[in-house]
Amino acid sequence: MTPDGLLALGLLGMAAPAVPGIAVKTKSLLTGRRGPPVFQLYADLAKLVRKGRVYSRTTTLVFRAGPVVALASLILAALFLPLDGREAPARFAGDMVAFAGLLALGRFALVLAAMDTGSSFEGLGASREVTIASFAEPTLFLCFMALVLAAGDLSLSGILGTPLAAAWPHAGASLSLVGVSLFVLLLAENSRVPVDDPATHLELTMIHEVIVLDHGGPDLALILYGSALKLTLFGVLVVSVLVPRAGFSGPAALALLFAGLGAVAVAVGVVESVMARVRLVRVPQLLVGAAALALVATILQLR
Amino acid sequence: MRDAAQIVLLLVVLSDLAILGTSRLSSCIRGLAAQGFLLGLLPVLIAPQLSVHAVSLALGTVIVKAVALPWFLAWAIREAAVRREIEPIVGFIASQLLGAVAVALAFAIASRLPLPGTPQPLLVPVSLATLIIGFIVLTTRRKALVQVAGYLILENGIYLFGLTQTESVPFLIELGVLLDIFVGVFIMGIVVFHINREFDSLDSTRLTELSD
Repeated sequence: MTPDGLLALGLLGMAAPAVPGIAVKTKSLLTGRRGPPVFQLYADLAKLVRKGRVYSRTTTLVFRAGPVVALASLILAALFLPLDGREAPARFAGDMVAFAGLLALGRFALVLAAMDTGSSFEGLGASREVTIASFAEPTLFLCFMALVLAAGDLSLSGILGTPLAAAWPHAGASLSLVGVSLFVLLLAENSRVPVDDPATHLELTMIHEVIVLDHGGPDLALILYGSALKLTLFGVLVVSVLVPRAGFSGPAALALLFAGLGAVAVAVGVVESVMARVRLVRVPQLLVGAAALALVATILQLR
Repeated sequence: MRDAAQIVLLLVVLSDLAILGTSRLSSCIRGLAAQGFLLGLLPVLIAPQLSVHAVSLALGTVIVKAVALPWFLAWAIREAAVRREIEPIVGFIASQLLGAVAVALAFAIASRLPLPGTPQPLLVPVSLATLIIGFIVLTTRRKALVQVAGYLILENGIYLFGLTQTESVPFLIELGVLLDIFVGVFIMGIVVFHINREFDSLDSTRLTELSD
């Protein structure tokens, strides 16, 4: 574990709330509105942290633990990502499974907390969230499979660093497919537009917003920060696959990463302003399409 | 040029999968047009040097496959006023998965085929994948117009396979094939149009019933 890696992780954690801010700003500008400031989420978080906690008497410890477990698992997952393009704070063979597992654990904690409230409405949201996740996870593993085959290493640090940069010249087509597939996953996992609308508060249509409806104050702050961090982590994955940064020095690689994250956020905003949300029954099809892309990428590697 | 050809071939596979996943007739036809355009680029990209032969083949392909046929199919939809949904026998998710399996199968078969050297290693697997996906569209869709589209995808696969031999096939034969397809689709379009007028539906499963 290097101090540099932890410093990079700290910087990423500080920058995370700006990523959804950039996406919302892009969407607002493209649809002819002024939109909230890019750093709005920081103000929201500061406001929420100062509020008191209110818990319903029907909820148990599970409800209180949900946001904490969710955020902690995301921070742990972030430890496996090589932010400077070379070495992550933690690595071992097969750590991508741990990465996916930690993301799943975070979601599991939130879903349990939602069901703990006993509200049928939140149960509905929980079931939708898990349905989408069950289609997204195989796709994530297919992407990882293609990446492992391209780089010949079993840890995220080993893949997203130098080996991927070396693999680009002869496996560029396959890797760009993985990039596209990961971007669709990013939209689905973070409940962005073609799958879910983060701006809606219409009961029948929202997915992720439903399960956090009963959280307030500092708990909601944890959840909001967690979803910004999750978006950032997927952004890091997309940027690392599309732009391997092994050839740069530490600070330059980090600057490139943040520029890439900004570009991903803008791309999310553009997608949100040109696409309508697809019907719920069509969401699995979108994700199966992404899985098909990842499968084609894997086949190209196996050839 | 080799890399560009590889990317174009991949985009052909993606357009196949997109056609399998779409639920609207018009986007199916747009996918076909995009595929036709990509196929038109290929003769120029894989030719060792720019020749009149390659360029004219590319132009002919783009005109027939990317402009004339899609325009004609769009005309048939408009004139016959068919419903815009595709109504598959096998669902969209299942057909996309079938398509992905088809791609895997095509790559597996192509790696075992004893072929002489081809100008592009991806050409044969992509042509096989397109062939199989054409068959899938032909067999799992109910609308006669989508079946015409499936036939066209099938033909695109054959065309891709033919590209491995561009150097040795005379130009006139290729143009003749393009013309044949054009006439074939034209006739199919007219037949489809008449089916729709006689039976008020393009559902080919209902053609098994007798009625007067």
